[in-house]
Amino acid sequence: MKVLVPVKRVIDAYVKVRVKADGSGVETQNVKMSMNPFCEIAVEEAVRLKEAGTASEIVVVSCGPQSSQETIRTALAMGADRGILIQSDDALEPLGIAKLLKAVAEKEQPELVLLGKQAVDSDHSQTGQMLAALLGWSQGTFASKIQASDGKLTVTREIDGGLETVDLKLPSVVTADLRLNEPRYASLPNIMKAKKKPIETTTPAELGVDVAPRTQVLKVAEPPAREAGVKVASVADLVEKLKAEAKVI
Amino acid sequence: TTTPDELGVDVKPTVETLRVEPPAEREAGIKVESVEELVDKLKNEAKAAAIAGVNKVLVADNAVYANQLPENVAALVVEAASGYSHILCAHTTNGKNFMPRVAANLGVAMISDIVSVESEDTFKRPIYAGNAIATVKANDAVKVVSVRGTAYDPVAAEGGSASIEALDNVTDAGVSEFVSEEVVKSERPELTSAGIIISGGRGMQSGDNFVLLEGIADKLGAAIGASRAAVDAGFVPNDMQVGQTGKIVAPDLYIAVGISGAIQHLAGMKDSKVIVAINKDEDAPIFQVADYGLVADLFKALPELEALL
Repeated sequence: MKVLVPVKRVIDAYVKVRVKADGSGVETQNVKMSMNPFCEIAVEEAVRLKEAGTASEIVVVSCGPQSSQETIRTALAMGADRGILIQSDDALEPLGIAKLLKAVAEKEQPELVLLGKQAVDSDHSQTGQMLAALLGWSQGTFASKIQASDGKLTVTREIDGGLETVDLKLPSVVTADLRLNEPRYASLPNIMKAKKKPIETTTPAELGVDVAPRTQVLKVAEPPAREAGVKVASVADLVEKLKAEAKVI
Repeated sequence: TTTPDELGVDVKPTVETLRVEPPAEREAGIKVESVEELVDKLKNEAKAAAIAGVNKVLVADNAVYANQLPENVAALVVEAASGYSHILCAHTTNGKNFMPRVAANLGVAMISDIVSVESEDTFKRPIYAGNAIATVKANDAVKVVSVRGTAYDPVAAEGGSASIEALDNVTDAGVSEFVSEEVVKSERPELTSAGIIISGGRGMQSGDNFVLLEGIADKLGAAIGASRAAVDAGFVPNDMQVGQTGKIVAPDLYIAVGISGAIQHLAGMKDSKVIVAINKDEDAPIFQVADYGLVADLFKALPELEALL
């Protein structure tokens, strides 16, 4: 089974983002960038499927500026086979990215597209579902367990209140949730090997996809700040304050 | 015999009847097949139709939609969508599952997780785990939007009398199948609607220690949550996770126990009315958002708290 893994380069999840003074966005200059944590989980799962003999080839694809190559390299160092960069300096929206991925999927003919459930920058949680819709494929979102067996995929999904298991006909799109696995760290020899793995570069225009934005960010602002309150001396003091002052119990 | 004039009384009408119409006719409804169906209809359709402000309830009653498989639900919504300018859903795991499919099939953008409506095409939504709020204008003719429930008060559950219409076309994409569901049955309130939540973090040290939170939750009628670190460490299941990638909550009282206060956790709970933090590390970032902070060993503080409630 050939697996396509779309990955996104984002501001590192542990960096505290700062809103630009002019309200046009957040500060991205001199900020540490990393692979989106849920994309890492997707790459790890693909590599495990390959190690288990289920996946035959893992192709990683990223849409974004030239620097997204580094993110593809990280995935190659984790065990993916080759990469595709769809180079664009424009701000891409989930629908545009889903259209680009559809074009790649039609060319590469994977049986499974495995990606993160959400990117921690824009927090949309849309791309996988949109891609599945455009391809007319089945989807298994928020996956915490994936099992492949003859032509179908059994996916356990994290839902509000518990877990749901669905059987999906292949080809399918699956998005990774937190508990699917714990991504590995790439070893130094694998990082060296990844440098020799091929990365093909293409563009939205070459793929014939219109990625013109449908939305417009008018302003980005800091959320209302929450102020620190007081420290209480004891549990008794805390209970007293919750009863008398805050009146919440 | 006398007259109003003779009595010196002006009885000129001050209201004018414009039209006389028969009263609204009550239409015959449907016959249900069984008591079970009757209860189901009363619970769901009638409930939706009674919500204040709702004009029409469209019902697609077919086994194909029983488990909300997104491939089928999205097809249904797309079909029913014509003529509507705005299509909204809750930003829950179910809404997130089918709604992007609806948007993609309509060929329009989706605006996820809005916390405010600025105008008919402009919305506010948190990005970067709530560390920034983006004001976004949607330029497509149809606006597909998911809404953060905790950002709004619920509408009145009664007062409306919407018409109920059946959707008869059934689409089964035939590409997915429901196998099973494991839903945690709990007598405690749901995290997203609870008035009080007590959550444990990595400081709880093990899943077994969450029993320390249970006694307090029972006394307060609270829901129990967890930080991503506690879920990551395998202490508790993911559906208890409060945070950017888990559940977004905004109770009247949120008690964070042994939670340091990572950005992604704060994103899920900082709109709570009153926040209490219990942590032995006095420099933990959680104290920067807590109304009441207690620097203490949770293994001593929790039994004491339970005893005092």
